[in-house]
Amino acid sequence: MSRITVSEERCKGCLLCTQVCPVTIIRQSERINQNGYKVAEVPAEDMAKCTGCASCATICPDVAIEVWRGKKPKPGSKAA
Amino acid sequence: MPKTQGAASAPKTNQTGEELVFTRPASMVDRATHYCPGCHHGIAHRLVGELIDELGLKENTVAVCSIGCSVFLYNYIDVDSVEAPHGRAPAVATGVKRARPDKFVFTYQGDGDLASIGMAEIMHAANRGERMSVVFVNNTVYGMTGGQMAPTTLIGQKTTTCPGGRCKDREGSPIRMSEIIAHLGGTAFCARGSLDSVKNIRQAKKYMRQAFEVQTKGLGFGFVELLAGCPTNWRLSPLAANKRITDEMIPYFPLGVFKEVEGDGTCGSMLAPESAPGAEGGK
Repeated sequence: MSRITVSEERCKGCLLCTQVCPVTIIRQSERINQNGYKVAEVPAEDMAKCTGCASCATICPDVAIEVWRGKKPKPGSKAA
Repeated sequence: MPKTQGAASAPKTNQTGEELVFTRPASMVDRATHYCPGCHHGIAHRLVGELIDELGLKENTVAVCSIGCSVFLYNYIDVDSVEAPHGRAPAVATGVKRARPDKFVFTYQGDGDLASIGMAEIMHAANRGERMSVVFVNNTVYGMTGGQMAPTTLIGQKTTTCPGGRCKDREGSPIRMSEIIAHLGGTAFCARGSLDSVKNIRQAKKYMRQAFEVQTKGLGFGFVELLAGCPTNWRLSPLAANKRITDEMIPYFPLGVFKEVEGDGTCGSMLAPESAPGAEGGK
């Protein structure tokens, strides 16, 4: 299980991350941050699809994305 | 799969066993940049920060900042820095490096700064083989002053000073800086990367590492050109600007290594006939 966190203070809504995500789970949210940008987000229901590849963080010009990579759930466990 | 990027320290792990595999590099200040959305300067800054961390140079670096959008580099990279007059960053860096040869010295310049007003300084610094590294961000336009034509502006590209598009007969062809620098005697490493895709960003980081390492090994002048986007002055969305780099810039500015010198760092190895102009070519 991997996940990303998007810093809503830092995100400028350029959406470069939405194009490079291999599982296309990043989208533009309706939330507007203090600078007036519509920030990127991953819907909670899609976060399980995250592969932890860090492509979004690599292309983010504002270092707004942190990537956490978890251990793979064991086969047969409920979390899988 | 990428290895842990960002902070050079051991990967952080939280209570649930998740590992932090990507975060802000330690030598990059946690501060919002002044760049427009989609500007690639942020990526270039991060790559510089990551390399300074990975090479362990943070306490030993002097950055020489230029004029242009990258003028506030010293606000974002947590190293000692000097602000140079427009185009003169290689001249200032020459002085810094000769006064303090033990320091790692790099300049960070844009195309309006390096390829236009700073052409003389960069050419002679490369020709002398100053032990410094240059990060050259090429976005084909003067960004800070409002999108005027730069020497690297592509034929047909509209800017505020060539509203009908750059004309080859009138303004000449865009300058390919990496090819020029590669043919100068003191250059130890010269390459061109791009910041438009994840693959190209990872490759650009490898080029930057080599450009930094030729200095730390004392081989000579390290130069890396990074093709970058300027969505605001190109009048494009960030996504369309990225596509323009792929479709229009990379065909004119080919990516790759243009010069790579092996040697022990003595002047003799740099002046050997095999590294004379014409012996090296773009790959």
